[in-house]
Amino acid sequence: MENRKRIYADNAATTPVSKEVIDAMEPCFRELWGNPSSLHTDGQRARELVEAARAKVAAAIGAEPSEIYFTSCGSESDNWAIKGAAHMLGGKRKRIVTSKIEHHAVLHTCAALEKEGFEVVYVGVDERGVIRMDELRAAVDENTSLVAIMMANNEIGTVEPIREIAEIAHEKGALMFTDAVQAVGNIPVNVKELGVDMLALSGHKIHAPKGIGALYIRRGVRVRNLIDGGGQEKGKRGGTENVPYIVGLGVAIEAAVARLPEMERVRVLRNKLIDGLLTLPYSRLNGDRELRLPGNANLSFSYVEGEGLLLLLDMAGVSASTGSACSSNSLEASHVLLSIGVDIEDAHGSLRFSLSHENTEEDVDAIVKAVRESVERLRAMSPIYPAK
Amino acid sequence: MLYSEKVMDHFSHPRNVGEMPDADGVGMVGNAKCGDIMQMFIKVDKETGIITDVSFKTFGCGAAIATSSMATELVKGKSIDEALALTNSAVVEALEGLPPVKIHCSVLAEEAIKAAVADYYKKNGIDKEIPMPEDCHECELH
Repeated sequence: MENRKRIYADNAATTPVSKEVIDAMEPCFRELWGNPSSLHTDGQRARELVEAARAKVAAAIGAEPSEIYFTSCGSESDNWAIKGAAHMLGGKRKRIVTSKIEHHAVLHTCAALEKEGFEVVYVGVDERGVIRMDELRAAVDENTSLVAIMMANNEIGTVEPIREIAEIAHEKGALMFTDAVQAVGNIPVNVKELGVDMLALSGHKIHAPKGIGALYIRRGVRVRNLIDGGGQEKGKRGGTENVPYIVGLGVAIEAAVARLPEMERVRVLRNKLIDGLLTLPYSRLNGDRELRLPGNANLSFSYVEGEGLLLLLDMAGVSASTGSACSSNSLEASHVLLSIGVDIEDAHGSLRFSLSHENTEEDVDAIVKAVRESVERLRAMSPIYPAK
Repeated sequence: MLYSEKVMDHFSHPRNVGEMPDADGVGMVGNAKCGDIMQMFIKVDKETGIITDVSFKTFGCGAAIATSSMATELVKGKSIDEALALTNSAVVEALEGLPPVKIHCSVLAEEAIKAAVADYYKKNGIDKEIPMPEDCHECELH
C-alpha cells in the first residue's frame, strides 16, 4: 500500500500514452506546427504528417487512406456514423437496428434519433453477450437504413459475429456500422473481412492521447457531413486538423497492430486472473470464457457492493472498474450485465478488469490477493452474507 | 476524490461494526436491488433510556458504510429521544458532505436507527409512534 507500485487493470477505460507516441507528437508542437491547409512549406510538412498517419490507420484496419476520417473521439465517430447515415437515408428508410449492450455513445445517439421520429430496434443478446441472430434477422427489413452493432463489448468483452451481421444488413440494403473502439489493438480488425461500411475507433484505448479518434467510411458510402467548414476531411468534417494527436494515433495504431501476437500472453494472464478470482466463494464470471477480448475479465461477487469493493481495491493500489449502480451518477446498474441475465444484486457486486501487454503475473497474483481481502472484509460487515 | 476525507475515514475504518447477539432492538432497512441494506443493533438501559451500545452491519457502497458508521457514533450514549431526533442531514453534516446521488444513503441510516428503536419499543410493549423519514425514491426510478 505504501510505496508499492500501483497496478493498472482498467485498460478498457483508458491507457497510458506510450513513450513512442509522445516522442512522435512532440515535434508537432515545437517545429511542425503548420496548418495542413497552407500551401507553404510549413503547411505542407504538416500535411505530410497527417497523410502518413492516415495511411497508418488505414493499413491497421485493411482500409484505403481515403476511407479514414479523423475525429475527436470514439463517441464522435459513433454519433457521426449513426446520425450521418440515418439523416442521409431517412427519407426512405426510417429504421435503425442496434443492440441492448452497445456503448452509451451508440444507445444515446439512437435515443436522440427516436425523438426525431426514427424507429430504433434494440436486439437482445444471449447469456454470453452474443447478439441473438434470430432477433436480428427479424428486425432488419427493407425500411432499415443502418445496423449498428459493436465489435466487442466494453464491459464483458464479448466479440460479436460482425461479418455475419453485416451480411444480414446488406441482404436488406442496409448499411453496417460497427463500434470497434474496444476491439482495435486487442484482436485483428479488418474492414474488408468484416464487410462493414463504417467502423469507429479511438486513440486513448491504444496508448494514444484522449481527444483523437477515427471513422472509417467505405468508399461509395454517403453520410451527412458532420462539421461544415473549411473543407478538411474531404469537406465532411471541417476544422483544422489536430496534427499532433493525429500523428500520435498513427504511431499508436501501428504499434498496437504489431503487438497483436503478444495478446495471446495477455489471454493466458487473464485466464489465470479469472481462475484465481473464481476460487472465492459466491463468485461468477460474467460473459463467456472464450468468446471475449483477451484482456477482459468481468466477475460478480455476491453479498458485496461493487463501489465499496472498488474503493478498497484502490486503497490496495489496484485500479479496476465496476458495473454497480452505486458507482454511476445515474444510479443505474450496468445495462450490459442486466441484458445477459445477471440479476441486479449481482450486477451491483461486479468488477471489471482489463489487462494490457504491460501487466505481469505478479500483477495478477496481487490483484487476486487484494480482491480476496477486500471481498472478505466487506462480506464480514454484510448483513445478507450467509453465516457459515 | 468523490468523497470527503471524513467519509473515506469512516468507510475504511468503520466504527461499531458487527452483530450484537444480545441487542435490545434490531432494525433492518433497504434492499439488495437498491444496492444498500443496513442493519442496526442497539442496547438500551431500561432505567435511563440511554443507548449504551450500538452496532451495525451494512451491504452497500462506500457512502452507505460511512453513513452507518457515523450514525452509530452519533447515537451512542444518547437517549432514545435524542436518537429519534437524528436526521439524515445531521449525518451528512458530520461526514462533511456527501455527493448528491449518495444522500439517500444518509436517509437509510436515519431509517435504520428508527427501525432499531421501533423494534425495541415493540419488544418492551411500549406503544409509541415513530415518524419515519420520507422514503427514498431513488430505486423507483428504474
